[in-house]
Amino acid sequence: MIEMTAIRKVYSTGRMEVEALKGVNLTIGRNEYVSIVGPSGSGKSTLMNLIGCLDTPSTGTYLLSGENVAGLDRNQLAEVRNKKIGFVFQSFNLLPYASALENVALPLLFAGISDKKRNERAKEMLERVNLGDRMDHKPTELSGGQMQRVAIARALANNPAIILADEPTGNLDSASGHAIADLFGELHAAGQTIVMDHPRQRPREDRLPLRSYPRRRDRRRQPPRRLNVIARSPS
Amino acid sequence: MLSIFKSELALVWSLFRQDAGHSRKRMLLTVVAIGWGTLSIVMLLSFGEGMKLAFHKGTRGMGENIGVLWPGSTTKAYAGMGSGRSIQFQDEDGEMLMARIPSLAAVSREYARRRGLSVGAKTVNARVRGVDPSFGGIRNHVPQPGGRFINEEDMRQKRRVIFLGEELAQDLFGTQEVVGREVQINQSVFTVIGVAQKKTMMGMYSGPDKNQSVIPASTFLSMYTDARVGNFIYLPTSLETADLAKAEIYRVLAAKYRFDPEDRRALSIWDTRENQRITDNIALGIQMFLGIIGALTLFVGGMGVANIMYAVVKERTREIGIKMALGAKARQVMAPFVLESIFITGAGGVLGTAVSLSIITIIAMLPLQGEAFDLMGKPTFSPAIAVATSLILGLVGMFAGYFPARRAASINPAESLRYE
Repeated sequence: MIEMTAIRKVYSTGRMEVEALKGVNLTIGRNEYVSIVGPSGSGKSTLMNLIGCLDTPSTGTYLLSGENVAGLDRNQLAEVRNKKIGFVFQSFNLLPYASALENVALPLLFAGISDKKRNERAKEMLERVNLGDRMDHKPTELSGGQMQRVAIARALANNPAIILADEPTGNLDSASGHAIADLFGELHAAGQTIVMDHPRQRPREDRLPLRSYPRRRDRRRQPPRRLNVIARSPS
Repeated sequence: MLSIFKSELALVWSLFRQDAGHSRKRMLLTVVAIGWGTLSIVMLLSFGEGMKLAFHKGTRGMGENIGVLWPGSTTKAYAGMGSGRSIQFQDEDGEMLMARIPSLAAVSREYARRRGLSVGAKTVNARVRGVDPSFGGIRNHVPQPGGRFINEEDMRQKRRVIFLGEELAQDLFGTQEVVGREVQINQSVFTVIGVAQKKTMMGMYSGPDKNQSVIPASTFLSMYTDARVGNFIYLPTSLETADLAKAEIYRVLAAKYRFDPEDRRALSIWDTRENQRITDNIALGIQMFLGIIGALTLFVGGMGVANIMYAVVKERTREIGIKMALGAKARQVMAPFVLESIFITGAGGVLGTAVSLSIITIIAMLPLQGEAFDLMGKPTFSPAIAVATSLILGLVGMFAGYFPARRAASINPAESLRYE
């Protein structure tokens, strides 16, 4: 599903160049449930952005379901994001003035799906996350947990190859957080590939360190930070 | 494809409504700024249009495309005769010109004397012209309802009938309702057959028509047996044949009076097309100048729109990032901004046009009198102004939306999602 080979990402900020990723090799298979774990500054976000095609690597190859996305232009990347990736964000990132239904329908709109089919599909997705009765509510009229469900429904709308979740429970109280985690568990059980990032490992997860990567920053000043990929094997 | 466009439009509409809710006052001010720009361009163009029409009417007040022909004196020796010889027209020259030159539609003689016209004890000095019936058509002497101009029967019978300029009629009788009443000239009694309609004259020779009177040429000659033709007036069959007619007149009269056809001083011809062309160009120039001023005002309004759209793009950076993450292409990010800008511009345009049309209607209803208004005309809206204004508004709207939209599309989604 995801095959990253020798991925480097260098940010140049004026005079200085910062190497955020130094040659990452990563393979994620179908229906894996993967957590990327590491402290702040370890390159989690950079890696997530690359996996999500929000950014392109400086060097290296990235095959997403067999397609090399490293050389695509902005519009082609948009298409890949639209069709193959479902994003779930820590801060939900719903459009505040649009109803739950309209929010879920948005990726379908960008895919050019007709009005009627769009609404049907969006309704189906909201029912799947148990929000069938909240379709016309605006985000401000929903609780945090409900907002994150809407975001998950939106991520599922175009039936993506992978769900990419950026600390999805980070802004929720523990009860809602557990409910969302359970929802991800259900999706995984139903065959969905999920990649998630966390500032730290959570006790609930099965831990299985796969690989670790040398990280940026001056090694002489502080011990190298490490980025870990933890996976829950297919159930 | 149409449904995608429709749904995008629906999305734009919900975006727009939301934004209008957020910054209603700012949006309203922008619409007013565009409205003001539209108002100035429409009003200035309409004033220009009114002036152009008034100029057009004014230059044609004396008659359209006509020529006036005066005798001159030769400046070149020709056929054994020296230069400096005065040419004197004869009564039958008009008929001769008509017979020999097919490119002439009409010719009239003009005899003139200044005489006292009396009604009862009141006498007014005015120019009395003796003319042929074709004069009325050539020189734009249109009678007010109830009256007529001199006809062939008047000519044949040498009737003592008179056609009055409207101001002269007013001076003599104190009213315009004078058809059938009598005027004395040198103890001869003339019956008024018509009074001229009011017209604007920007070009004239020997005074404005409104203060003059016209009688049949035959009557004039029977009263003043020593009268000589002062000048001819002629109308070519069309604008295209005017130059040919002019050349033919030189040729025919040169043969008759034996002067060099190249001797332009022997006859002097006032070709009024020249004046019409010049005044038309001046009017067009003024209108363009006014239009440019109006367009600049509108562009300032457009800057306001662009400014707001930039602010909106900045405000919605995160939202744009979300849409990009969900797979919005550049086109899909830009379209709402361009459409929103066009919407604001359109709303302002409608507002400005509505106000302008009201002002134009009100001015049209005001009873404004006087020479100045006759010459300036009243602001007049025209389809061309509507088209020009819409085009400029559309351009302003598109440019004002395009650049901010381009900024929006260049946003880096990865960074904007972190943007608070």
